[in-house]
Amino acid sequence: MLSRVANSIYWLARYIERAENVARSIDVNLQLQLDLPGEERPWEPVIQIAGNADEFFKKYAHVSIENALMFLTFDSENPSSIISCVAAARENARCVRERISSELWIAINQFYLKLSDPEMPKQALAAPHAFYNSVKEFSQLTVGIIQGTMSHDVAWNFARLGTMLERADQTSRILDVKYYILLPDVSMVGMALDTVQWNAVLKSVGAYEMFHRQNSNVTPYNVAEFLLLREDFPRSLRYCLEQAEICLKNIAFPVKSNVESIRLLGKLRSDVTFTTIEEIIRDGLHERIEKTQIRLCDLGTQIWKDFFC
Amino acid sequence: MKFGNYNTEGFYDELCLPDGTPRPAAEPLITRINELPEGELQRRQKVAESAFYDNGITFAVYGNKDGKDKIIPFDVIPRIVSAADWKHLEAGLKQRTEALNCFLTDIYNDRKILRDKVVPESLINTCTAYRPQMEGFVPPKGIWAHITGTDLVRDTDGTFYVLEDNMRCPSGVSYVLQNRQILKRTFPQVFSHCSIRPVDEYCTRLRKALEYLAEGVDVPKVVVLTPGIYNSAYYEHSYLAQQMGVDLVTGDDLVVQDKKVYARTTRGLKQVHVIYRRVDDEFLDPQVFRPDSCLGVPGLIEAYKAGNVALANAPGCGVADDKAIYTYVPEIIKYYLGEEAIIPNVPTFVCENPKHMQHVIDHIENMVVKAASESGGYGMLVGPKSTKEECEAFKEKIRKNPRNYIAQPMISLSRVPCIVDGGFEGRHVDLRPYIVQGKETYILPGGLTRVALRKGSIVVNSSQGGGCKDTWVVAENEKAPELGQARQWMEQQQQQQ
Repeated sequence: MLSRVANSIYWLARYIERAENVARSIDVNLQLQLDLPGEERPWEPVIQIAGNADEFFKKYAHVSIENALMFLTFDSENPSSIISCVAAARENARCVRERISSELWIAINQFYLKLSDPEMPKQALAAPHAFYNSVKEFSQLTVGIIQGTMSHDVAWNFARLGTMLERADQTSRILDVKYYILLPDVSMVGMALDTVQWNAVLKSVGAYEMFHRQNSNVTPYNVAEFLLLREDFPRSLRYCLEQAEICLKNIAFPVKSNVESIRLLGKLRSDVTFTTIEEIIRDGLHERIEKTQIRLCDLGTQIWKDFFC
Repeated sequence: MKFGNYNTEGFYDELCLPDGTPRPAAEPLITRINELPEGELQRRQKVAESAFYDNGITFAVYGNKDGKDKIIPFDVIPRIVSAADWKHLEAGLKQRTEALNCFLTDIYNDRKILRDKVVPESLINTCTAYRPQMEGFVPPKGIWAHITGTDLVRDTDGTFYVLEDNMRCPSGVSYVLQNRQILKRTFPQVFSHCSIRPVDEYCTRLRKALEYLAEGVDVPKVVVLTPGIYNSAYYEHSYLAQQMGVDLVTGDDLVVQDKKVYARTTRGLKQVHVIYRRVDDEFLDPQVFRPDSCLGVPGLIEAYKAGNVALANAPGCGVADDKAIYTYVPEIIKYYLGEEAIIPNVPTFVCENPKHMQHVIDHIENMVVKAASESGGYGMLVGPKSTKEECEAFKEKIRKNPRNYIAQPMISLSRVPCIVDGGFEGRHVDLRPYIVQGKETYILPGGLTRVALRKGSIVVNSSQGGGCKDTWVVAENEKAPELGQARQWMEQQQQQQ
């Protein structure tokens, strides 16, 4: 398939996944606020996860719910806002309309049109839970359409590769920021407040139920283990990397079996697969995640070099 | 909404007779519309419009600041062409494209028609679409314009005229195909009651015609070349590629090596044999045409001339749709085919001729003046609808550059009813059928009916407030076909129960 088309399909999937994760972070924080009334600080971590705190403070003097929601959702100058992600996904879809199914294009286009309606911000602020849920549903709808209407060929593998790498990145970000904010002092581990917030982390990646089936205690330790190393949870770092590796091999074999990106991903994946949570905590969770993110970033660049340019 | 008091106001109406009653071919449609409950037609119109938005069937208007895509306004009342009219048009269009194809081969090679002084040589030498780079070249299979869109209009007495030939990259066919999809959902009953010729075959025919150019190659690779997503017709490019099942490429996706064209794929370079290019001549190859073009492919023309890739339409075929050459098409037909033109031209004054120019300047308030090198409704003057100042300004332009202007008497374009403020009003239309030349010539039964939505306006271009309608060509046997009969029978049975 054309390199440019592969690139667009990969990014189309990444942007949709990104929009979903921003929506998840926001949604959970809204819930959290109900549990911890009067506290507006929870919005700072969300803005940090999106990686745009500097941008935010250029525009807004203080963090309020409205400011945060507008910035993270409808600000088209914020490249990580939901509307920017959906617009970028649509732009990529538009570039490859002939290669994706009409159903996928229509789903993306419809959702984009819905978000661009000038009335939308007002509606979203009035009923935020319903709104952010609709973003999640949109993302899940597109993943379902890709799964159900596109041949599982190279294009499909690129889409899934994009989804998996983006998800790996987002899950690690969410964990990192929360860990950093929630555990300024080791002595706080196990306090009541802590449990509430760690449950929120789990909910933000849709892992609450699955986590509790495996663990009876909500501790930072258990949560980190689940979100990083769980073999079969579809949003864990390990699962995403293992799936991404399968896709990348499907794409490259048998023609380009020796590409650098396969080596980089394989190495990263095996580091995650064969580590333990004890090792991670010993090395420092934050440091470990930061390194992983840098490696994911290098991997993205290498994929671009190997297949898109 | 009923057709009861529809007034044709003295114009030729495509659906109704002068007394406002339906023409035979339009009867099933109008009966059905009259049966619909109040408000239903407007509701269906709304559903049709939102289908255009959801599908992203949109175009960009150049110079439009807010950057939002627009849908082309669509009116659900179709234009209907009778079988007899269509037969006549089909013969005329076939004749015209065939003659123009001979003309193109001739002027880039022997130039007999110029030596015989049928067409003045000066017109060719001053034509901006003439490509000296193509001299001495005959394209694969001798075909220049693989896809032609010819603009037709109909006068008050019902006569069809050719208004313009479009042989470069005529656009709009995707609207024809999409309009039909949408109208089938809007009036399913009418489709089953009368036999309307389907248009679905277009993309299959187009792909066949393109593959024909690479005859001998086992699996010819066809691609559609687009300038990219910012082009106003991008939707159409992607739609045609999707429907034909071929890749849509931009210039950057292609590379020329050893006079062969390749596509850059995730698994290396893959040879391309046929390019349906929707990039204008000048931007195709910076080594041959405009050196500053980034839309094209360096070396493409060399590969083309070496016979390793086919281009549709052939570079240089724009000469044949130059508005000044247009006036000579009846002579061109006679010269190459020995026949009279089946569809006449609109009488046209060529300002390069001093006598014609004087006549145009003296009667400008009754004329439609067009710039020979422009298209899309830009650079034109509709005399009867313009102010004195506008007319004067145009006279000045004509005097300065007479070669660039032609003028035609204003034709009272035929009309089709449109939904306007909860009632039906006639609006002026033209018709652009699409002709595909491959192993044989295929004419899509239908075409783009463009409609001037502003009351009284005759400018149908989408960039100037025009909209479109579906075009129904009635099949030869105008009686209800078997499917329709079966449906009628079933409905009768149900009523009796």
